[in-house]
Formats: sequence, C-alpha cells, structure tokens
Amino acid sequence: MTGPRLAQLNVGIPNFPLADPRMAGFTSMLDTVNALADNAPGFVWRLVEDGANDATELRSPLGDDVLVNMSVWESREALWDYVYRSGHLDVLRRRAEWFQLPKAPFQVLWWIPAGHLPTVEEAVERLELLRAEGPSPRAFGFRDPWTAEDAGLGAAVS
Amino acid sequence: MEDIDAIAVLQDPVRRRLYEYVVAQDGAVSRSEAAEAAGVQRTLAAFHLDKLVGAGLLETESRRLGGQSGPGAGRPAKLYRRSGAEVQFSVPARDYRTAADLLAEVAEVARLDTALQAAARREGRAAAQPVKDLAAASAVLAARGYQPCPDGPVLRLANCPFHVLSQRHPGLVCGMNLALLEGLLDAAPGLRARMDARPGLCCVVVENSKTNDH
Repeated sequence: MTGPRLAQLNVGIPNFPLADPRMAGFTSMLDTVNALADNAPGFVWRLVEDGANDATELRSPLGDDVLVNMSVWESREALWDYVYRSGHLDVLRRRAEWFQLPKAPFQVLWWIPAGHLPTVEEAVERLELLRAEGPSPRAFGFRDPWTAEDAGLGAAVS
Repeated sequence: MEDIDAIAVLQDPVRRRLYEYVVAQDGAVSRSEAAEAAGVQRTLAAFHLDKLVGAGLLETESRRLGGQSGPGAGRPAKLYRRSGAEVQFSVPARDYRTAADLLAEVAEVARLDTALQAAARREGRAAAQPVKDLAAASAVLAARGYQPCPDGPVLRLANCPFHVLSQRHPGLVCGMNLALLEGLLDAAPGLRARMDARPGLCCVVVENSKTNDH
C-alpha cells in the first residue's frame, strides 16, 4: 500500500482523574479497544508511549488536562467502520459519562503521505486549523468530502 | 419508479411474504428457498421476486452454490437479497427525517447522550411486553422493524430502523437505540440487549442473559 493515508486525532478532558473509580468503565476497556484497532482492516498505526500500550499519559500543547488519541488508517471507510461499527462503539456511546462536554471541535482528519508518522504537534496544528477556519482539505471531519488529491497528495484507496 | 409505486408492488400477499422472507435472511437466498418459505411454486416465486427487483426493493447476485466451476458445473444460481434503498411515502406529506436530523445534530453538540439514553430506556419500558424467550423477543423486534435473525445463541438485527440517523450521528443514535431495546426487554428477565456493532447490521444483539456474563 503506497497511497496516501488518513490520519486522525481526537482529544478530550476526562471528568475525573484516570485512576478514579468513576473512570473504570473507560480505563478497563482501553486494552480491548486498542487491540480491536490493531486488528481492524485498514489500520496502519496508532500513537503509543514508550513502554505503554496507549498514549493516555502523553500530553500535548492542548494542555495538561487533555487526553490525546491519534492513529493512521488506509481509508475513511476503514476508520469509520472501526470507530462506529466495531466494539469501539460500545465505549464511545458512554462518552458523556467520562468526558467533559467539548466546547470546540475535538476530532480532526487529515491526509498524509504513505510512510509518514504524524507527530502530536502536527496533529494539534491540524485541529487548531479546523477550530480556527472550519473544515478544509487540510483539516476536516467525516462529513467533509475532501480527498487526498484535494490536499495535493495524489489518489488514496478512497 | 416512484416510491408510491414501489410500495404498491408489495400489496400482493404472496409477494409480501416473499419480500419479508428474503429481507429477514442473512445474505442472499435462492428462488427455491424463498418459494419453499412462502409456500408457493418456484416459477410463481420467480415472477414475484423479479417484480420486487424491478421495484428496487430487492437486489440480485449470481453465485455458484456448489462451489464448482468449469464445464459441467451448471449455471450459477440467481440469488436475492434486500436492496440498500429506502422507500417512503406518507399522506399527507411528512418529513420527520429533517426534524430528527436537526434534533440529533443539536443533541450531539450538547452531548445529551446520557439524557437521551435515559429517555429512550423509559420509552422502551413503557412499550415493554412480557417476553419469555428469544423466539418471543424476535416477534416483538420484528414488529418494530429490526428484522431479527438467529445467529447461534444470539439474535442479530438486520435492519436499523434509524439507519440514516445512525450513519450521521452514530454515537448518539446507537446509544439511544441500545437504551430503547434495554427498556423494551425490561420485562424479559432471562434476556438482554447488548452492543455488538459490525458493518451492515444494527449494532445491538439480543441474547439469553446467562450466556458469557462479562
């Protein structure tokens, strides 16, 4: 697979510290949903801290209270099916229990060349672009139609 | 063909039975299978099935059922399955979809998931009837349009009644749907609804609650 890939970032502020028992429904599912991603069709890569299975300890320019999650996929469809039509949905549907109400867009998609691993800084830049200017070929959401070609990267799978 | 004509195609009772059988199956079925299920001759079934395809209510595919190919393997069988089309007609004109989409959009931004799920659970409970086993649950779910099909120990639901909304607002609407079904099965202590999302189906399955408790 040498075509462009789709990168995604989603962020959130947990209602309580992760070790709080009220977050147990979320933290107890992390390894499961991460394994589902690793094995999902079209999965390429996800952000993981050294020595950990996820990035829940990692912090970004968005702030110390913000959890970040980032991954790369072969296509929109592959990402959408993972997020909304896999075991991941069972965790996502309870987001209001565990995460604060977002006051700004909290997820962003962008196209990247094959073989590129996005950095957290790059991802945050794309989210801030979306927040500042609305959807564009360089920072968009599931509902927006832009392709890799629109972003100047040549054709992806779809 | 206009939606009203496509709906009218279902008026014939035999055709209706064939349609309901085909859409309730997981995957495509042959004429013979559909004919047997509807209790009619194969050629009559073929006539009706092709009318349903013509109306856009079913789709066909071609497959070698025996898994052979080459000379002597026989013609591939023509199989039928539900089409992806949505057909609606209301008199007088009603457009609940636009309102639902707007309400869902606002509820999503305000992250009203928990409140919506509570409301859906109450709604489900209010509509709940005593249901003693999976077969009885299947009848209740079929009446609500879910197209239940058994898959080993669980009932999978082939149709999402909120399909377009669930594509546009999946977290919100699928969470609502699960809560609704949980409420509906409240009077069925041996059964439970749980989420088991996969592409192409409703995200909820119904099973005996003693199975694999986790």
